[in-house]
Amino acid sequence: MSQIEAFKHAQPVPDDIAVSTRNICKTYGSVEALKDMTLEFPRGQLTSLLGPSGCGKTTLLKIIAGLLPPTSGEVTVNGKPVTGPGPDRAFVFQDFALLPWASVLRNVAFGLELRGVARSEREDIAARYIREVGLGGFEQAYPHELSGGMRQRVGLARALSVDAQVLLMDEPFSAVDEQTRRKFQEDLLSLVQNENKTFIFVTHSIEEAVYVSDQIAILLPRPSRVSEIIRPTGFRQKSADSIRRDPEYLDIVDDIWASLRSYVE
Amino acid sequence: MVYRPLFLKLLSALILFGAWEIAGRIPVSYAFPTFLDSVAALWRMIIDGSLFVAYAETLKPLVTGVAISTVLGIALGIWIGLSRVFDWLFSPIFVVMQSAPLAALIPLLVMAYGIGLTSKVFVVCIMAMPVIVLNTAGAVRHTPENIKAMCRSFMGTRIDMLFKIIIPAASPLIFSGLRLGISAGFIGAILSELKITPTGVGDIITFSRSIADYPSMYAAIFSIIVLAVLFLNLLERTEKHLFKGNDRGYVSD
Repeated sequence: MSQIEAFKHAQPVPDDIAVSTRNICKTYGSVEALKDMTLEFPRGQLTSLLGPSGCGKTTLLKIIAGLLPPTSGEVTVNGKPVTGPGPDRAFVFQDFALLPWASVLRNVAFGLELRGVARSEREDIAARYIREVGLGGFEQAYPHELSGGMRQRVGLARALSVDAQVLLMDEPFSAVDEQTRRKFQEDLLSLVQNENKTFIFVTHSIEEAVYVSDQIAILLPRPSRVSEIIRPTGFRQKSADSIRRDPEYLDIVDDIWASLRSYVE
Repeated sequence: MVYRPLFLKLLSALILFGAWEIAGRIPVSYAFPTFLDSVAALWRMIIDGSLFVAYAETLKPLVTGVAISTVLGIALGIWIGLSRVFDWLFSPIFVVMQSAPLAALIPLLVMAYGIGLTSKVFVVCIMAMPVIVLNTAGAVRHTPENIKAMCRSFMGTRIDMLFKIIIPAASPLIFSGLRLGISAGFIGAILSELKITPTGVGDIITFSRSIADYPSMYAAIFSIIVLAVLFLNLLERTEKHLFKGNDRGYVSD
């Protein structure tokens, strides 16, 4: 299915687009990592980039973040072209990327520190988000004293505290255990509802993508392209614990697996 | 918890000094005094002040050399670690310096810089600097990519990257380079006093050996080792104070 057709079959996309990528290509030497990638990310919603490994989903996320330059094409955030990292975007890393020599408080405040916010002000903001992600009381702890799940909460609090409109999450829950991941996914649902931010979420888990997303972009590898856009709507309003039993949820998971299985060796 | 390491330290000191005392009493060699004789000689030199006079002389090249090696070594190491060109340009010099047979090179240094302080400072630097430079460069080169990307994504400048990411991340290896380099610097200071002109502690060693006053000779050697150990402990405390969470390694490893 070509991209144009994929868009035709998709549900109508909301008008308010926070982030869009137009004809993004990325080549490493002779290897084509991304080819002609055009995608739109509606404001206030969570869009997942889902695909088998090697499909370039993390590369695309880093291009949106401004961490990698595209070989050609353009990313716009709120209509403005991206030339590098900006205050409108914050990144949550797969491996947390915490400073081992800094306390939780300094780690969470680090994004604000780099933006030149005064110490007392940034520590107030950081302390508030530390409580919000459920780490109250651990302000003075060091990362090595925390569990994997708690470390990612620090990474999340750091991204939230800079108050960017777009949150870029690179497989944020893949390095934490299954039970913590389920809790994180539930927390993410309420975060999307309460925070009025645009989330772009990279994952390789089909269930996770369907569970948390307003919109799922299925990416296929070699060369990387968008094969399908899915917008699960039926169960979005349901409570967090009944989603996993919803027939639409199960159907979408099955459909996605059916279209991806031939690409998984 | 606090007492046990101290207790272990005292125990290992006791075993070492006990073995020294026994070896001295057998005796292993007539040129090897007992521990108690050496301590008595050390006490004598402290009382008559000759030890302090000697150290006033020895510390000049030692402190100058170690200070130069630390500042210049870390700066050069960071530069080499950051730039491929400077790596290509400077790294070989320090690799050669590290493996050069220094004692054989001292006559060359003396010909070029005379028998004064300059040559001695050079010897200390040649001993101390390579490991500081090479350790720092290696650590800077291997700064974890994920925290560098983190710094960039939160809009850190190049200055932020250097002072808030690269240097703190490299600090454990920089400090281990400093520990090795500074102990080598102590060896260099004594070596220069034995090989260039006998002054300070080197003079005590040379002179006591020539008149077969072995307890004084070993007392001088013992004192320099104690000084080195004290200094390295101070360095470790500084490191722990500056970078508290760093001794546990990287959380994402």
